[in-house]
Amino acid sequence: MSLTAHPAPVDWQKASYVAAQAADSRINVELETEGMVLNIGPQHPATHGTLRIVVRLDGEEVVWAEPVCGYMHRGYEKLTEVRTYPQVTTLINRIDWLGHFANEVPFILGAEQLMEVEAPPRAQWIRTIFFEMARIANITLFLGDMGVQLGALTPVFYAFRDREYVLNLMEAATGGRFHPNYDRIGGLKEDLPRGWVDECHGAMRKVRDFCDQLEDLLMGNEIFQTRTRGIGVIPASVGLDYGLSGANIRASGVDWDLRRDEESPLAWKEVDFKVWTHPDGDSFARYWVRLQEVREAASIVQQLLDGLPSGPIMSKVPKIIKVPAGEVWHHTENPLGEMGYYIVSQGGLGPFRCKIRSASFNNVSILPWLLKGVYVPDVITILASLYFILGDIDR
Amino acid sequence: MTALPLLAIELAWWQATAIKVGAVLTVIPIGSLILVYVFLFKMMSHMQSRLGPMEAGPHGSLQVLAEAGKFLQKEDIFPARADRAVFAMAPVVVIVSTFILYAVIPAGPDLIVEDLDVGIFFALAVSSVSVIGILMAGWSSGSKYSLLGALRATGQLIAYELPLVLAVVGVVIQAGTLSLQGIVAAQAEGEIFGFGLIGNPFIFTQFVGFVIFLVAAQAELTQTPFDMPIAESELVAGYMTEYSGFRFLFFFIAEFGTAFALAGIASTLFLGGWYVPFLPDGLLANLAGPAVLGVKIMFVAFLIFWMRFTFPRFREDQLQALAWKFLIPLSLANIAVTAVLKVVM
Amino acid sequence: MSSPETPSSQEAPEEAAASEESAPEEAAAPEQADPARQALIDGLRSKLGDGFIASEIVGGDLWVRVDVSAWRTAVETAKTELGMDYFCFLSGIDWLPNPSLSGREVWDPNPNEASEPVAEGGQMQTGIAGGDTRFQVFARLYSTRAHVGITLKADLDDENPTVPSITSVYRGADWHEREAWEMYGFNFEGHPGLRHIYLPGEFEGHPLRKDFPMLAREVKPWPGLVDKEQIPGEDEPAEEEAASS
Repeated sequence: MSLTAHPAPVDWQKASYVAAQAADSRINVELETEGMVLNIGPQHPATHGTLRIVVRLDGEEVVWAEPVCGYMHRGYEKLTEVRTYPQVTTLINRIDWLGHFANEVPFILGAEQLMEVEAPPRAQWIRTIFFEMARIANITLFLGDMGVQLGALTPVFYAFRDREYVLNLMEAATGGRFHPNYDRIGGLKEDLPRGWVDECHGAMRKVRDFCDQLEDLLMGNEIFQTRTRGIGVIPASVGLDYGLSGANIRASGVDWDLRRDEESPLAWKEVDFKVWTHPDGDSFARYWVRLQEVREAASIVQQLLDGLPSGPIMSKVPKIIKVPAGEVWHHTENPLGEMGYYIVSQGGLGPFRCKIRSASFNNVSILPWLLKGVYVPDVITILASLYFILGDIDR
Repeated sequence: MTALPLLAIELAWWQATAIKVGAVLTVIPIGSLILVYVFLFKMMSHMQSRLGPMEAGPHGSLQVLAEAGKFLQKEDIFPARADRAVFAMAPVVVIVSTFILYAVIPAGPDLIVEDLDVGIFFALAVSSVSVIGILMAGWSSGSKYSLLGALRATGQLIAYELPLVLAVVGVVIQAGTLSLQGIVAAQAEGEIFGFGLIGNPFIFTQFVGFVIFLVAAQAELTQTPFDMPIAESELVAGYMTEYSGFRFLFFFIAEFGTAFALAGIASTLFLGGWYVPFLPDGLLANLAGPAVLGVKIMFVAFLIFWMRFTFPRFREDQLQALAWKFLIPLSLANIAVTAVLKVVM
Repeated sequence: MSSPETPSSQEAPEEAAASEESAPEEAAAPEQADPARQALIDGLRSKLGDGFIASEIVGGDLWVRVDVSAWRTAVETAKTELGMDYFCFLSGIDWLPNPSLSGREVWDPNPNEASEPVAEGGQMQTGIAGGDTRFQVFARLYSTRAHVGITLKADLDDENPTVPSITSVYRGADWHEREAWEMYGFNFEGHPGLRHIYLPGEFEGHPLRKDFPMLAREVKPWPGLVDKEQIPGEDEPAEEEAASS
């Protein structure tokens, strides 16, 4: 009687949770175990930075997990409000410090859209090349680092070795290995140095060799597969609900890549590339998709190098850049996922408000859901396979 | 053996004991330092396309001494919540277990600390004593990571003790003795299809046993792919997390000393030990024996470290599944086949 | 600027003003040229009724402003009926003018120029799709199949910015709402746990509000802003100096 007259709708999630707890407690009367709260981080080797994850363990099984971020929060959204547009690129280089250049591009493109300025084709082409090189520099490290997280020490050194070729080229053209600060509103800082294109071809071949090597050394390894297959499965609908993007959601079978699907002034439409997806949604799928992405990126760079147009690299922009009033949202497919800037301008020298949408923030927000019921070693596998950069979470 | 006949000198018991203790005390650090330098510093670096230490000594060969010196200088830290007595004792327990292990490994016809009749049984028994030390370390540290690491280590070492012992049983059946000197002699006198000149290292007949022994030894040593007790990406350093200075050095030396000893046992059981064909027992064999054994030890250790630097690590339940569902049945089958063949042939 | 919200009466002039000042020619032209986005507008308008306040298509992107009471319904409609399966972000805007960060006018290189909004002092200027109050919450939703996105906005009360939580619609909104709560002081009704996400637990104030003091900047202006006045070629004083020396 009281059931039928229940005023509020039944929260089934809560009800099933309560039922599960009750069932657990019945068992636990006999095997009395006490939960243990374990603090993974903020100074822990697996969190590559300062992420802290509080997990409650039953034995080695995670009962409850809560990521705590903010140890690296630098307040970039506030800082952009007291900087001019060209100064902002210096800051945002440091958001995803492995995909350095890729952070600058959506901001610059957004500002260009507000100013109704377009960079010349050569600049767009070179931007795309550097964007993909940033992707390679970023993801190759992931490919090696995943091995370290799973206990294989060697792959990460191969990653550092072959990543160096890409970073050297970056440095040759931009002057910065980690923070190139190369993109300008209306074009680029400088043109490519002589001989750069040939060297870049060589580096891309090395990157592909690296991919083959890792496929043999790590991905084909049975232990690697038992550790990653079926671990941390994200269904597509849940992933989209949490706003997962990039390789994380493509590994769940969502065929969505902003490089292909959205109009962009960059040169992706000029090249032929495949967007890889994987139906499984587990850690292995995420690794697999990223490995293919590096290959595709190398292929994109090579195609672009072959068709690189000549011409100026800077269009006509005023010396003091003022962006007309308006709002714009520009997003690109960054190494870690969708990255975008919501720029509100009121005609001043700097942004009035700049909302930075970084991929890792959303990618990590799924952790409380994903980590329930896994073992401690799988926590590390899942963290590594989701692939976050701390600066990209905390901004 | 209260005398060292090779020198034709009669020594008092205490003199002989002092010499033996001294020898073992030298062999453990030297053995582990060699392993650390050759494999951990150099082989690993070259596998990873880097040079490793190059500055101290020729090709960085004195770097190990610098590292040891560094650890000795460091402060001996006790965590606030540690059980001080147990915490201090744990590394000693672990290193003593390694220390005793060397007592039964023969390096020549007379170069053995104690030729026990149950030598291999003794060796496997004392090698498990280190579990107690590890559990002490993990529990007394007052750290959750240490505790998790210690519990994992305990579960793992107990699980892999079984295949280790069972792999050895095949050899014991074939040799008909538990004495390590007896096993060496059995291999020296063995024949391969009637061809008895170079003896018959048991690796040919007991290859399955050799592989199982190596895998189980890898787990006993907590080396990758079985390094969950340490698992630096999960548990920071497992049961060693809270240790510093010379206590950490103890753990470190024990780890590599045990690797050296287990490689020695594997060489003795499967590769013919110190035996050199055509060389009669005597002074020459006593001199050549350690060299031959050393080469074999380096080969086995190479296999161990090669696996360590190449593979990712298992998860704890996968490791247990591998031990109980695969290695133990396989070693039991190996024993059965060996026993049948022994009777039939 | 702190007038309480009265949706029906004040919307029309505001909207007209906003579209006039931000994008006069674009407001009309692309709306017909964009059937996919027009369908979204129609879908939301038919579902929300009075809650639908304004919409605008600028530069190939869609903005819709809804009443705060219709906020959750709008998000739910977008997800279930309009195919917005992907949650991009949620955040807030404080439309108070940028504060002057030093004793002098560091934000304006040329104080005589009349078009500078800051120089006018305290005049709020809102963005696309308009706005009546100081605070706005906005969220970006996207369809990974149709590749169309929508920015939803809602005005919040100045004194008590309260908005229904959308965590039950998009689970990913959890952290974003915690961030907006922390940075702007928005109160998300129905959120499972509004805790600090970036800042330490005892932090006071809401840093992204425009009136949150940036003490370091108020004491000493950002040196970069001083530098920009001496770019050679553009600034007369710099050129004169160069010529005289």
